[in-house]
Amino acid sequence: MSKPTLAVFKFASCDGCQLALLDAEDQLLAVAGAINIVNFPEASSRMESGPYDIALVEGSITTPRDAERIQQIRRDARYLITIGACATAGGIQALRNWGDTAEFMRAVYATPEYIQVLDNSTPIAEHVSVDFELRGCPINQHQLIEVIQSLLAGQVPRTPRHSVCLDCKRRGTVCVTVAQGIACLGPVTQSGCHAICPSYNRGCYGCYGPAAQPNLISLSTHAINAGDSGTQTAHRLRNFNAYATPFREESQRLKNQSEEEA
Amino acid sequence: MGNRTIKVETLTRVEGEGGLYVRLKSGAVDEVRLEIYEPPRLFEALLRGRPLEDAPDITARICGICPVAYQMSSVHALEAALEVKISPEIRRLRRLLYCGEWIESHGLHMHLLHAPDFLGFDSGLEMAKQFPEEINRGLRLKKHGNQLLEVLGGRAIHPVNVCVGGFYRLPKRDDFQKLIPDLEWGLQAALETTHWVARFEYPDFEVNACDYVSLWHPDEYPMNEGVMKSSRGDTIDIADYEQEFEERQVPHSTALHAIRKSTGKPYLLGPLARVNLNRDKLSESAKQLADEIGWETPCYNPHKAIIARGLELIHAYEEVLMILRGEHPRGNVREAYDYQSGEGRAATEAPRGTLYHRYVIDDEGKIVEAHIVPPTSQNQAQIESDLKQWIGQIISDNEAETARKCENLVRSYDPCISCSTHFLKVKIDRS
Repeated sequence: MSKPTLAVFKFASCDGCQLALLDAEDQLLAVAGAINIVNFPEASSRMESGPYDIALVEGSITTPRDAERIQQIRRDARYLITIGACATAGGIQALRNWGDTAEFMRAVYATPEYIQVLDNSTPIAEHVSVDFELRGCPINQHQLIEVIQSLLAGQVPRTPRHSVCLDCKRRGTVCVTVAQGIACLGPVTQSGCHAICPSYNRGCYGCYGPAAQPNLISLSTHAINAGDSGTQTAHRLRNFNAYATPFREESQRLKNQSEEEA
Repeated sequence: MGNRTIKVETLTRVEGEGGLYVRLKSGAVDEVRLEIYEPPRLFEALLRGRPLEDAPDITARICGICPVAYQMSSVHALEAALEVKISPEIRRLRRLLYCGEWIESHGLHMHLLHAPDFLGFDSGLEMAKQFPEEINRGLRLKKHGNQLLEVLGGRAIHPVNVCVGGFYRLPKRDDFQKLIPDLEWGLQAALETTHWVARFEYPDFEVNACDYVSLWHPDEYPMNEGVMKSSRGDTIDIADYEQEFEERQVPHSTALHAIRKSTGKPYLLGPLARVNLNRDKLSESAKQLADEIGWETPCYNPHKAIIARGLELIHAYEEVLMILRGEHPRGNVREAYDYQSGEGRAATEAPRGTLYHRYVIDDEGKIVEAHIVPPTSQNQAQIESDLKQWIGQIISDNEAETARKCENLVRSYDPCISCSTHFLKVKIDRS
């Protein structure tokens, strides 16, 4: 039996999530032995056309060309896996979804007419069906290897959906909000990073996006009662997963509230 | 011969996406364009109105390969605006973090991305079958860089511990000390790797009158601070960066091109420029190895940048070991500050070259304006100029061979296209 094929594709992103695959130094050669990496431009000059068994897609859709390109990748892929906050939620570049993209382009480029962009940065799932979404900014390389292994074994991949809070308890990290009054997105953010930030004496800033059933209103109310402004609280949600539905809706509610008060 | 175009649709083993287009007229090179079609992400615009504390975390997301560079240039620039002075301990820890990124990035590029060009492979992974020792060594070196980033930064990609004023938390002494035995092995491995790459067969190619530019500091190998020096012999203060280095937009690229205003010509940043301008500041073992292999300074052959990366890899290991064997920092690693309106600039040395940031902030701690000049976009015009000269030397009727040689040259600069979008396929047009 021939080895399953894997291809990696990039859209608007920083390259960090595909680097996570190369960063799996100890497993990299074993993974490369078990599968046939037929398209991974960042790592190899070998570029074969589809179909592919697994397509890993990094980045969000921000240009008319990319909106077309993803359609072909979907047609070519048996399993399409999105990797990282850009591909699953639009990424940090989705902040423009609340701004004036034409004005943003004028601010960065002298002749914006040379470059074609869409008004919004959107996740891959808004364009094609996605078989599995792997969260994180960046993704966790162990989760990526696990997802690839699950698919190879014919199993449905699973990643935990609990919040970062639970991981702090497991690590024995003292709560930075309770003990020091530091604002933290841990209660509403999905696990995956092993709760690094609180262990470095800072609040979680939401790299893995919304956890299962996040109580955002409660967390915002807590932050505002502790003295933060609505705008500050909204900015905290408007990070790498700003356009993920629960974060998007809550930040919008906070912004509307701030504007009404003003 | 005659008129034709050579196109490389997707340049591989580079970070981010771009292509190359070459047009030949009557057999002579008429136009060379590095086409960067990496979609723009508009960071400078979306930073406006954000709390200044967000800058190191948000700008890190410009590049997954060199997030530390973005964090370093942003915090130094914001500290300049806030008039915050950092302690020698914080300064030392920042160099340690930067060394981690240099080790990871240079280790990756030398072994997995660039070496396959000299040995005739499509990738490092395929090279592993015939060169298992070298690829495994490269992976281990890369891992050391990542381990340093994990201990000091919390994680390797997009570290979480850097803040304006210093660090959120000082890592424990034991966590640093347990890295030392591996790093001692790594220093020897870096020496072996540099000897190995120095024995590769290099094309006979020297760029005409290239202007090398890097940060320069009187007491140390350039990393976090200093003035800009060039191989033309002039010095530019960071305050005058934008007066001298000008970014221009060209139709074929989402990256902005850069030239020097005083010469009207392009310039080159990165490891080759740094070693050409700062050889005397390299660590002892790096200097000694440069002498042993008969390294000539200045070196005008861009293909040899892999050797310059090797020298910097050795330097980074020695500097890391020196810092870790020294006294462990104590006390406060985060300077406090009050908000004030102002403007701040900083340039630091990313693995690929100088990365410049400028911020205007208001008295409530918000970013009013952000300006970011990444290394690859500054190098793009020089790379196109070098390609033009290179194609004149290597052009043949074999399109695939010509395209492959063009790609080899482009890879020698370790272009980071994700960063510069604000890059690679090769196309050759014989019209």
